Amino acid sequence: MSAGIGMVPGARARSGDTAGAWARRNVWTLGLIGLLLAFLALTKVIQPNYGAPGIQGLAISILPIAFAAVAQAIVVISGGIDLSVGSMMALASVTSAVLMKDQGDVIGVAVVVGVLLLGATVGAINGGLVVATKVPDIVVTLAMSFVWAGTALLILNTPGGGAAPWLMAIISGPLGSPWLPKALIVLAVVVAVVWLPLRRSTMGLALYAVGSSRLAAFRSGIAVGRTKIIAYALTGFFSAMGGLALTASGGVGAPVPGSYTLQSVAAIVLGGVSLAGGRGGVLGPIIAVIVLALVRIDLTFLGVDPNLSTAIQGVILIGVVMFGSLVAMRKVRA
Amino acid sequence: MTRTAGTARSADAPRSPLLSGSAWRRIIRDRPLIPLVILLVVLVAVLELAKPGIVNGNWAATTMRTAIPLAILAACQTLAMLTGGIDLSVGAVASMAAFLMATQATGQGAVVAIAIALVACAFAGVVNGVAIGVFKVHPLIMTLGMSLVVLGLMSVYQLAMVQSGTLVPDPIQWLGSGISFGFVPNSLVVFVPIAILIVIGLRRSGYGRLLFAVGDNPIAARLSGTRVWQVLVALYVMSAILAAIAGILIAGLLNTATVSLVEQSVLPSVAAAVIGGTSIIGGRGGYAGTIVGALILTVLTTLLTVLEMPEAVRQVLFGAIIVAVAAAYTRVTGES
Repeated sequence: MSAGIGMVPGARARSGDTAGAWARRNVWTLGLIGLLLAFLALTKVIQPNYGAPGIQGLAISILPIAFAAVAQAIVVISGGIDLSVGSMMALASVTSAVLMKDQGDVIGVAVVVGVLLLGATVGAINGGLVVATKVPDIVVTLAMSFVWAGTALLILNTPGGGAAPWLMAIISGPLGSPWLPKALIVLAVVVAVVWLPLRRSTMGLALYAVGSSRLAAFRSGIAVGRTKIIAYALTGFFSAMGGLALTASGGVGAPVPGSYTLQSVAAIVLGGVSLAGGRGGVLGPIIAVIVLALVRIDLTFLGVDPNLSTAIQGVILIGVVMFGSLVAMRKVRA
Repeated sequence: MTRTAGTARSADAPRSPLLSGSAWRRIIRDRPLIPLVILLVVLVAVLELAKPGIVNGNWAATTMRTAIPLAILAACQTLAMLTGGIDLSVGAVASMAAFLMATQATGQGAVVAIAIALVACAFAGVVNGVAIGVFKVHPLIMTLGMSLVVLGLMSVYQLAMVQSGTLVPDPIQWLGSGISFGFVPNSLVVFVPIAILIVIGLRRSGYGRLLFAVGDNPIAARLSGTRVWQVLVALYVMSAILAAIAGILIAGLLNTATVSLVEQSVLPSVAAAVIGGTSIIGGRGGYAGTIVGALILTVLTTLLTVLEMPEAVRQVLFGAIIVAVAAAYTRVTGES
């Protein structure tokens, strides 16, 4: 009981006991990893040819959604929700594609950095509006999704522009072993460099605190408004990563936001992030994205109508959430 | 400092002959319809200035004809938002109603086709309501998942029905797109009873009060004997049936039916309810404001089209206006 509840991760490291506590805390993520392995095995059974090339294709195709899920996870952990993730991705994608077309490597790198800064700024604007107007997050970001999508359309009316060759090379193909796609490494490195140090910092603790209880966080001396704005800025940053991934994987800028916003919300819920805030991480949502993609691949291999697989994904989403809330209700009663 | 200034002004307000800031504030808080109607009139005036002669009986009829389905979809959001929920499945459900009706009408006749559409939508509503009310699934997630399920199933159904083709029956076309006497859209026949029922039902009926009670404080509602889950199941069934009616009207208006016919109206329906003064947190709002909100959005779209704004600018302005109106409401009602 005393170990691991309400504690800073790793604050009182005792082997054995803490391992158990860690497993208890991350039971949802561990379950998802099990599910992922089960689906990988199932895919191999259904399609014995499925191997390294399949994994590489999978990694590239999930990259934009995975970044969108990380973006959504951060803002939901801090107690908000961002329905403009898809629009911000479109904005980042067209901006990078327009600026990068037929340019050298140096300018290309500058564009990538610039677009990431743009994403963080755009996200901070979302957060600033939420804090300043006190309008519920869902309304502000819903409205801002129109604004960012419109801006993306102003920049580029139809898919166009171009991606720098190195940007496309950075996510395609394997690194070392053919089983290790570069896209997965990019995802892991970006998340490890940006999110992990942050989560361990005071700022990360503040994010979780604000998400758990704004009032308690405020009374503990956390600058709630600033924390929310930073959370939204991070969401903008990762959305911009998703937009860059879209440009890199498609080779052109995509001005019309796909269903990334809704997919990101689905992924974080499956990934064990509570919509009420303060609970969850970014690993669960990333694994959930991969599992959902595998479900789609398996259904295609089985010859199921791709339309029906949309319905099946909806059923999985609802089923998992119902299961989760049933477990939660049991706990409350016990 | 600013707080003191605010109270001082509100004490002076009744004596001031002109409407001071706080008097406006009270009007917006207690009678949100007045500023909304003023905004609508201003928009119409700007439209007339931008293109003299455009505002006439026929214009009013076509505007209402477009606004009515949106207002019905926004009714779904208004009712759901009063309880603190939201119904993002209205687009998929309304499209399902339109498509089922249009495909079944070729073989079964209009009446049976409409009945099939309504029953299918009501079933979707029951599933939504049970999951949200009994299993406590977050409404956003549940209705989102439901729209995926409905869209997927309808796409499969579309492939199965590819030979039968679609047919929007003549009475539905008359209802959705017809205009009588030059200025009365026929869809008012459907809309007026619905609007009266919802506006009066929310204020006067016990069920209407329960919706407010559940949204205001679900625990208090439960402790005072409300069976919250029954309220929610009834709510989402009603929402699905309203969405079905809107979908059938849109099919009549456009004389077409596809599986994603109404999808692009989902976000505007939420916007109409928000502009109309219904709080997404629950417990505050009403349908009269939503109707004006739907009219405002429709007139605004016309205005931006007349001004030859590109679609992109229209979207940006659309978003900016929603944030501005919502911020104004939050300021005057003092909700956080």
